[in-house]
Amino acid sequence: MADMAVEHRIGHSEFEPSLFHTYSNKIGMWLFILSDSLTFGALLFSYSYNRISNPTWPTPFHSGSIINATVMTGFLLTSSLTMVLAVSASSYGNRKAAIRWLLATMFCGTMFVVLHVREWIGLINEGMTPGKNPWGAPQFGGTFFTLTGLHMLHVTIGVVVLGVMALRSMGKKFSSNDIETSGLYWHFVDLVWMFIFPLVYLMSTRIE
Amino acid sequence: MSTDALAGQREALAHRAHSHTPFYIVWGVLLAITAVEVLLAYERLQPVRMLSILLGLSVIKAALIILWFMHLRYEVTRMRRILMASLCVCLVLMCVFFADAFRILHLGVR
Repeated sequence: MADMAVEHRIGHSEFEPSLFHTYSNKIGMWLFILSDSLTFGALLFSYSYNRISNPTWPTPFHSGSIINATVMTGFLLTSSLTMVLAVSASSYGNRKAAIRWLLATMFCGTMFVVLHVREWIGLINEGMTPGKNPWGAPQFGGTFFTLTGLHMLHVTIGVVVLGVMALRSMGKKFSSNDIETSGLYWHFVDLVWMFIFPLVYLMSTRIE
Repeated sequence: MSTDALAGQREALAHRAHSHTPFYIVWGVLLAITAVEVLLAYERLQPVRMLSILLGLSVIKAALIILWFMHLRYEVTRMRRILMASLCVCLVLMCVFFADAFRILHLGVR
């Protein structure tokens, strides 16, 4: 029986078929996204916990800040579109189009980071640090900088990864699977911002 | 990965490559929802009501991104269910801490 079973396995496939019917890189990226979701989830819950338990929670975001954050959101959403077009082009074997869309995604990501840094500088100049701020509950600075800082780090890493993908695509290491996997990461970064933007910015507006 | 599954995925990818219209529509819807969110910020709604609406809209945006941009709708049902169920359960479990946040708000730190 044992000999027959071994013979059966070798006859069909060397390995057990994938549970999710897809390649291992993609499954690995989905698992990373799940774990990273919990990290951002914990930070968002921490922010919300502090907000609920502090009646003097600051509302520092005036109309200019909201417009700035809205433009940042527009750049991220547009970068998701260009990323999905890069994945589509690469799956079709269109290397030039894939590189072009990857560069467009990098541009949008870079613009997001630039606008975010500009906003951070503005808040710091107004006297906000991780430990204190001139408007109210001191926990605001720490939770805000941690949450948005970790997200900005993810965007920065994403831009670098996409740059590597574009360079590899220019050479002989073009792989549509790798571009699709890095696309998953990029969309996840966009997804997280869809919760940070309303919870942190829109719920803390100071619009007269 | 089995050859059949790989061929199926390639076919799905090739099919998507032919038509980009759905992606542009999803992008437009995402931008429109964002515009609604920003307009809500300029209305003086009650915080709890505002939070409920914003979170509802964010969940819709997240679903659109996951299903269309992250291509989860093209994956096998088993993968969709396992990934989303485990994530939702873990995130919902974190809500247990909010009871303590309300306690601090109403009773103070004791």
